[in-house]
Amino acid sequence: MTAIGAMTGAAANGSGQAGMTGTRSLSIRGLTKEYVRGKPVLRGISLDIAGQGITAIIGPSGTGKSTLIRCINRLVEPTAGEIWFQGMDLARLRGRSLREARRRIGMVFQEYNLVERLSVMENLLCGRLGYISPVRAWLRRFDPADIERAFELLDIVGLGAFATQRADALSGGQRQRVGIARAVMQRPDLLLADEPTSSLDPKTSVEIMELMAGLTAQHDIPVILNIHNVELAKRFAARIVGMAGGHVVFDGLPADLRDDHLKQIYGGEGWLE
Amino acid sequence: MSIVPAAPAAGRPNPFPVSWTTRAAWLGLAIYSVYAASLLDVTWERFVFGLGNGARFIGRMLPPAFTHMDLLWKGLAESLEIAIIATVFGIVLSLPVGLAASRNLMPIWVSWPARAFIALCRSFHPVIVAILFVKAVGFGAIAGILALIVASVGFIAKLFAEAIEEISLKQVEAVRATGASFMNVIFMAVVPQVLARFTGFATYQLDSNLRNSTMVGIVGGGGIGSTLFTAFQKFDYDFVLTILLAIIAIIFVGEILAGWVRKTFQ
Repeated sequence: MTAIGAMTGAAANGSGQAGMTGTRSLSIRGLTKEYVRGKPVLRGISLDIAGQGITAIIGPSGTGKSTLIRCINRLVEPTAGEIWFQGMDLARLRGRSLREARRRIGMVFQEYNLVERLSVMENLLCGRLGYISPVRAWLRRFDPADIERAFELLDIVGLGAFATQRADALSGGQRQRVGIARAVMQRPDLLLADEPTSSLDPKTSVEIMELMAGLTAQHDIPVILNIHNVELAKRFAARIVGMAGGHVVFDGLPADLRDDHLKQIYGGEGWLE
Repeated sequence: MSIVPAAPAAGRPNPFPVSWTTRAAWLGLAIYSVYAASLLDVTWERFVFGLGNGARFIGRMLPPAFTHMDLLWKGLAESLEIAIIATVFGIVLSLPVGLAASRNLMPIWVSWPARAFIALCRSFHPVIVAILFVKAVGFGAIAGILALIVASVGFIAKLFAEAIEEISLKQVEAVRATGASFMNVIFMAVVPQVLARFTGFATYQLDSNLRNSTMVGIVGGGGIGSTLFTAFQKFDYDFVLTILLAIIAIIFVGEILAGWVRKTFQ
């Protein structure tokens, strides 16, 4: 218990500082997930993710990219395997210790997953819900420092004028900006992004990736990114992991990703014209 | 021009297949209705005889009498109190019960008993529940209040649970992913999604309780209902009309207020 406490303290103090990247690395060992018994979606994945930069996971639909990312913050329960982060096996955490681990892992979703009927400001402050009591959340008694930071982040993502608008009044690109700001509000030590651009047009997709890459680089937050668009992956990621059939079939630098690899990942070749 | 539907081209299935089961069910319902009416002596002569009686009754109601206004005000005030108290306590009880009954947020060993409890509250008409409470706690407003609380829980908790079961779990997932506690997830991800509908249910229930509060008095549960019942028994039909008009006025005012509340919380 004391070890966990010490870790929490160290992570909180170290957030935003370079040199703490060691505590932000992630190590996955033998991760397996079966939604249906005997039909694994992930088949013993092992990956080490460095504590900085963007790691893009590419692969065909249904190959378990999303499952992999959701096992890390336990939105999906792994069937077997270990996920080591800051000295804890995330796969084994329960109750309070799981919530405390989640507080330090931000997540950006394909369909933004904003609380539609809350204001933009309230959505951002959802990123701080791990730190306040239900009564204060109910009465919106958030820490003034958090509110100030939310205003700053809104200015950074270009939505300064939208603080009191309801989330359902925003466009897709604007919503994803709020989604990213909500994740960054957590002061995370790791950011998970599950197809963050798949619901957006090409131009907005690039803008969103630039925003996410910029913000996470500025705060030195490592990113694990699921993405369909191979070009975007190559452009923004420092490392590419290709998955197919629940296995890792490519792991390397974007520059090393060849058409042969893409054939292996996605199958066939007619689409590569 | 033919009104017979075109026969489908050879080799195609009929695009509008006829369900003989449905037709048989409608026919069965029609036959039973006629049969039941013959059993219960529902005849035209009987109806016409009733009409004459009704005309005499209405004649004795007019003009409305404004004689016992103190009784009227006292009864109305008590009905209003019964309705509001029952609605407030009904809502307060319905929130946790409805949440517990939602199958998407609660494990089955919580939701099942909660649903059973709601079903129990809904089993009986408020009049029957009121009679039970009059026997249990004695004549007066307290019996009426308890009866309407039961009715309110049966209605609001059920609809509240259904509203929660229809929310977007994506929004809930995102808030859970921030490390929020269960109650924080409820307050920030669930409540915003159901608040408008819940306000609608609650105002509808207030409306319904207003109407029912005028009725529980007939079985001894307090309110304008007992005044009304006494007036009936004493054949003071002109005073009965006054009471009925007052009830209509109250329901109208309640309707307007409820609409205003719903609009405010949209």
